[in-house]
Parts: sequence; structure tokens; C-alpha cells
Amino acid sequence: MTVLGAGGGTSSYEEIENTDLILLWGSNARNAHPIFFHHLLKGLRNGARMYAVDPRRSESAQWADVWLGIDVGSDIALANAMAKVIIDEGLHDREFIERATTGFDAYAEKVSEYDLARAEQITGVPADAIREVAIAYATAPTAQLCWTLGITEHHTASDNVLALISLALLTGHVGRYGSGLVPIRGQNNVQGGGDMGALPNRLPGFYDVEDPEARAKFEAAWNASIPPKRGWHLTQMFEAMAAGKLRGLYVIGENPAQSEADAVHAVEALRSLDFLVVQDIFMTATAELADVVFPAAADWVEGEGTVTSSERRVQRVRPALRPPGEARTDIAIISGLARAMGVDWGDPTAEEIWDELRSLSPAHAGMSYRRLEELGGIQWPCPDENHPGTKFLHARLWEEEVKDPAPFIPVDWVPPVDTLTDEYPIRLTTGRHLDGYNTGVQSSGFDSPLRTGTTLDISPEDAERLGIVDGEVVRVVSRRASVTAPVRIDPEMRPGLTFMAIHYPEQVDVNKLTIEAWDPKSGTAEFKATAIRIEKL
Amino acid sequence: MTAETTSPALVTLEIDGRDVAVPEGSTILDACRRIGSDQPTMCWASTLTPVNVCRVCVVEVEGSRALVPSCSRRVEEGMVVRTDSEAVRHARKVVFELLASAVDLSLVDDSIRAWMAEYGCEPERFGPAAPPSDDRDRRQAGHHRRPTGETAETVHQPVKVDNPLYVRDYSKCILCYKCVQACGPEAQNTFAISVAGRGFDARISTEFDVPLPQSACVYCGNCIAVCPTEALMFRSEYELRQAGMWDPDRQEVVTTICSYCGVGCNLELHVQDNRIVKVTSPDDHSVTRGNLCIKGRFGYEYVQESDEPTPIDEVLARARADS
Repeated sequence: MTVLGAGGGTSSYEEIENTDLILLWGSNARNAHPIFFHHLLKGLRNGARMYAVDPRRSESAQWADVWLGIDVGSDIALANAMAKVIIDEGLHDREFIERATTGFDAYAEKVSEYDLARAEQITGVPADAIREVAIAYATAPTAQLCWTLGITEHHTASDNVLALISLALLTGHVGRYGSGLVPIRGQNNVQGGGDMGALPNRLPGFYDVEDPEARAKFEAAWNASIPPKRGWHLTQMFEAMAAGKLRGLYVIGENPAQSEADAVHAVEALRSLDFLVVQDIFMTATAELADVVFPAAADWVEGEGTVTSSERRVQRVRPALRPPGEARTDIAIISGLARAMGVDWGDPTAEEIWDELRSLSPAHAGMSYRRLEELGGIQWPCPDENHPGTKFLHARLWEEEVKDPAPFIPVDWVPPVDTLTDEYPIRLTTGRHLDGYNTGVQSSGFDSPLRTGTTLDISPEDAERLGIVDGEVVRVVSRRASVTAPVRIDPEMRPGLTFMAIHYPEQVDVNKLTIEAWDPKSGTAEFKATAIRIEKL
Repeated sequence: MTAETTSPALVTLEIDGRDVAVPEGSTILDACRRIGSDQPTMCWASTLTPVNVCRVCVVEVEGSRALVPSCSRRVEEGMVVRTDSEAVRHARKVVFELLASAVDLSLVDDSIRAWMAEYGCEPERFGPAAPPSDDRDRRQAGHHRRPTGETAETVHQPVKVDNPLYVRDYSKCILCYKCVQACGPEAQNTFAISVAGRGFDARISTEFDVPLPQSACVYCGNCIAVCPTEALMFRSEYELRQAGMWDPDRQEVVTTICSYCGVGCNLELHVQDNRIVKVTSPDDHSVTRGNLCIKGRFGYEYVQESDEPTPIDEVLARARADS
């Protein structure tokens, strides 16, 4: 989060149990983050009101007091319109804005362009509902604003997030117990990976790789020089591959041949490489294309280390099984590779590597393995070994003197890249089932009685209009490809909207349909907004 | 609003002649455990609101008309509690005997067995078990046969094996309601099961007794996690027990973090012969409070697919093929 200075959810799960209002935006946590949703349900049972913003009346949205059925990709228009209502009604927190933020005037001017009539027209959400959620959010004593991939899998991903952060700044719903911004993470260590510097622009511990002072600190510790410029993110790498500028790739624990939007192009790009190394626990579709495959242990159950959760809680993983065959832990593979390249790091344990990280990242300094064990994990920042960890971030914004005020960053709505036309009149959005996970390589291994495979979920209205019955196999055509899939008629869907789960690429390769348009700031692809038509077979 | 609450006032009471001070709002059970005096419980769980149905934790409170359940009764200043009086011992003995005469308690925790021995329980004194009946799920309210008094009625019914993940053996069910609470408002909020029937015919059931795959069940396993008698059991444990291979003494429990989404649920992997045979989560961890979802509970198969199946793999593969 460029606005607030540290990239992590601001709140703890316990806070959603004790908040007054829950605004769940672009998240079907009931399916995708079920145990987070347990905490949310405790909040509802404790009397919180809930508003859900989602194109579908999903399993999560069904728990809301009010569901705002939004058109895919119009989130910024909704957020800006809410801001305009809040400002027009005088419900913004003037004192907080004055003390802890900058750039309010430009922001107020930008959002003034989003009156309710215009917002209703863009979002499909009735003006009254927009007004209601705006007033409810602004007047709630505490409020949690939670989101997931419904916000970030758009070509406007970063702007979408900025629009939500601005709502929190406008109302003072950040930096206090019960009020916060909660992006719920989709992978068990996507938070930790970023915290450890596995981002193109970061060193471990949130340091900017382009900051010479930060680089000097790490260069001294590592006795090595660090490239002074940020690297490419995944989407840029694929562009560089297509342009012939990136010739070798080392993929660890990722299956881009199936997980990238526009999977056909992704496979072409991977095939065009001079050299591809894949390190994975599976022989994935990407590994099939590789020159060298390193069979890896599943570190969560066959190795040691830590992962960091959506509430910034660092927790230990431990070995319970012996790795199969020749599989080795990631640490062993990487150390071995370094040795082969002429640098001997020895055979460091996970704890030794962690202690090095603690010596370099002040936010993790107090988290010894012993304390992680004793406290059931610790939430960063934890600067020393007497520090209990941090429940919520940005309390500093409520101090008398705020050193680094948070900037409002005005953003404008732009429509999804894949526009709806007479030829492609229907919106397809993608997502997750309760018992599935991403491309299914992990989740397809167990016998789930719930597993339905991929269906094209459509509204009863569209089904009737197109003369399609439940279970009928249809062709789904996007501007890039077509697939066939059985139809599931689903009253959760609004007319004009369809949904497919992504877990079964062997059955229906949904990501062939999706567009490779991506967000220039974060590199996230627009999985959520594809234009399709449905053809009867 | 702040995260910290001020520490509550202390309440002093007497338990079996010993003074004990515990925070206001504690239960008598909390106070007993504070002084190392454990009490039997079956329907109580640290993660659920007490429902006071099993009555095995009852204690005597001076001045109280009847014995009180220690798991839910809050301490009061000056309370005088007896956990081992004649009335308490007799009540607990009879409750255990009634349960054991009607319900298959063969898989309850060793501590429960020890309490039953402590009170000299003799469930056989109600007579031999009545012949098993297979119609409990179909009984209508009021359609009772009058017991003869020569045999002890039981809750026997056939084991329900209707899906690849769970087994329900309601012959072992003491109706503690914990599964209903966990499936319902206290954790999962799915409401796939409830109590059906009345009186001795009461039993836990899906709607209209449909098999689990036709019910609202989402296979989180949170009901199994709270079951005190193993009436609810993971299919893996059930099959290994049937094959005579379930061996807790050879199992190691390793705590790690789930490999799926980013919530960070602690998994306790129960491992026997390098195979995960059961997954639980710690009740006292703030992230899960003992609860998981279908992926955390069952989604581990991908790390034990193997070209050289072990005996455990073979048993479980046979069960998979059958279901």
C-alpha cells in the first residue's frame, strides 16, 4: 500500500468480531477464506451490519444486510460516488483528514464528478443503495473494509484499492481497533513472500530496492552487490518473453502455463525461452515445458520455515512427512544451486535463515522461533523480543503529530478492457469453489463430495432468453478462444452476468477465455472481466 | 475503543474445603481446574457455549435446591462447592450408567473411562442390551413400545457411510449437541444437522434424514472435531479401524500451517507410518478455534500420492473405490 507505507492488512481477525459495520467488497470469503468468514460471522452475531459489494449474490453476499449487485469492473465509480455522498452530507472526519492526510481537496473535486445518477448508470447499483451504504459506512463507530480478488483481478487493480483506501481515510476507518482495511490473501504465504522481498521492487523487510541506503545495508550483510533497479513483475516478464528480451526463466512453485490469463499466449511465451527451470512439487503443465525440473518438497508439510497470514501473523511450518523420492526442500535446492554456481552457503537451517532476516528487518526482529512457538505466531511489526506483536497498523495516524500523513490519491473509473458489444454481449467473471484451489493441482487430489467441475453459471433470465436448460453443454466464445461447458442455472447471477470456476483446466480451460490486459502498477491480470457470447451446440 | 480490557474483579469461593479466587465470570469448572481438581465433561467444549445436557459435571452448591452443572454455572462470592459429596458421586454414577447402557461408549476418552471406574459404574445392572433396531430414523413421535424392563433400550442404528470423508455412527451418540452447535450458530453456520425426534427417539439428523451428500453439509469436519464419543469419525480413521490398523500410539501429531488460502489456519497433522490419517486444529488458537474448512481438513492427499502404496494407502484406496 503506497498510501499507508506498509503492504499488509491493517487489522486482526478478532477485530471483525468486534466491529460495527462490515463492508465486504469483491470477496466471496465464505468459499475462498472460510475460516476468516467464521470471524466475520461472529461479528454479525455480535450485531455488526454487513454490506456486500459483488456482481453475484454469492454465498458470502447472502449473509449481508444489503447486497449491492455491481456490474463487473465498476468499483471505482461506486467508491467515488460513496465518497461524494459522504462529503455532501458532511459525514467525513474533518479533524482526522486535517491531521492525518494530505490531498483532500483534489480528491473531493475528483469524486464530485460521480453523482448518484451517473454512478447508478455505471455500476447498476440503485442510487438509494449507494447512498445507504455510504452513510452507513461513514456513521458507523467502527468499520472493516475487506476485499479480495474481486478488487485486484482487474486492469485497474491498484486504482481500485486506492479508491477503497480513500474511503477509509475519508471516514477515519483505519488505525483504530475495529476499523481497518483488510485485503484477505489467497495463498498461504503471499503476504510473507512479499514481506521477504519476493517482489520486483523490494528487499526483505519492506525496503525499496531502488533506495541506495537500503541496498548498502543488504550488500554489507550479504557481501554481494544488488542490482540498483527494480525487476519485472510476472506480466512484464511474459511481455519480455514475447518480445524476445527475456530468454531464461526459473519458476518456483507457480504454474503460469495454466494460471496466466490468456493461457494460449503464456504457453507460447514459455516455449520460446532458451532455458526454463521449474522447481515444483508437481510435474505441472509448466514443468512439462521445462529444460530442467527440480523436484521440490512440499515445505508446509515436508520442510521447515515460516509463512505470514492475512493478519500479518508469522507462523511456523513443520515437517510431518518425509519428502518423496529425490525431492528436496527449497532451501536445499537453492543452496545446492548456489554451490554449483561457486558460492558455498553451507547447509543453513530454516531458523538460521530466519535469524538473518530478523537481523535485517526491524519489523521481524523480535520474532525468534522460540517466541513464534510460544505465542502461536506473532503479527508484524515486532521490533524486539519483549514486543507482543501488532494487532492493527497505523495507530500513528491518531497521534497528535502525524509525521507522514497518508495521501488521498484520486482515481477515475475506466471500463474493463474487454468491452461488451452485440457480438460479445455477456460478462464472464471467474472465481473459486469452496473445495477447489486455483488451477486445482493441489485440490483435485482429494475426494470432495461437493465437486461439480466447471459449469457456466448463468441467470434464470438469460437461460430462458437463450432457450438453455440446466446441464446443457454450450460453447462459450470470447475474443481469444472458445470452450465448451455445461450450464448451471443459478439465481445468484444477475442477467447479463456469467461465472466460471478456474479449478479444472483439464476439463475447461477457463483462462484461455480471459484477457491478458493487466494493471500497469501491480501486474495483476484482468481475470474478472471477460466479454463472451453463448452458443448453443 | 481499545483492544485491552481491564482485568475483571476476583471472586472467592470454596471448593472441597479449599479457598480459590478466580476472575468474575468464571465457571465453577474453571475454578476447579484452577486448583487442579478436574471434573468429567462430555457436552462441554472450550469453544462452544455450554448447553448443560450431559450432567456428568454436576456439583453440589451449598444452598442450591439441586445439583448444578459446573461447566456453565458462574462463580459467586462466598459460594461453597462440593465435587465429591455422596450426592454428586451418586448422580454422576447414574448418569454414566444410563448413558453406557444405551450408547456404545467404546471409543470415549480414557479420562471418561477413569471417571466411570472411580464411581463404580455398572451399566449392566439395567439388564442386557435390547436387540438392535434399525428404524430409529423412521420413528414417529409417540409410537413407543413399552419397555419390558428385562433389557436395556439402546440408541443402536446402522453406521452411516454415505460419502468419502465422514462416517456417522449414531449408536455412539450421547446427544451432547456439540456437533449441532459447531455446524450451526457457534462456528460453521451451515445448519446441515439438527436434533430430530423427541424423548428417547431424539437423534441427530440431516433434514428428512437424507444422506450427507444431499444435505447442506460442506464437509468442514467441525462437527467431528467436537464429538466426544467418536460417533462422528473421519472416513480414514474408520477404514483403518475396520482394518485393525488404526494405532494412536504410533501416531505423531505435527502442527503446521495449511497450504491453501492466506488465512493461516493451524493444522495438527496426525501422522502414522509417514501418512496423514487425520487433521485437527488447536482449540486454543485465535485463528481457527479448532475449526477448519474442507480444504484444510481433507485437502492433503496431494502430498501423499505415491507410486509405492503403503498398507495404509491400500486400505484407503479400497474405501475410495467403494464409495
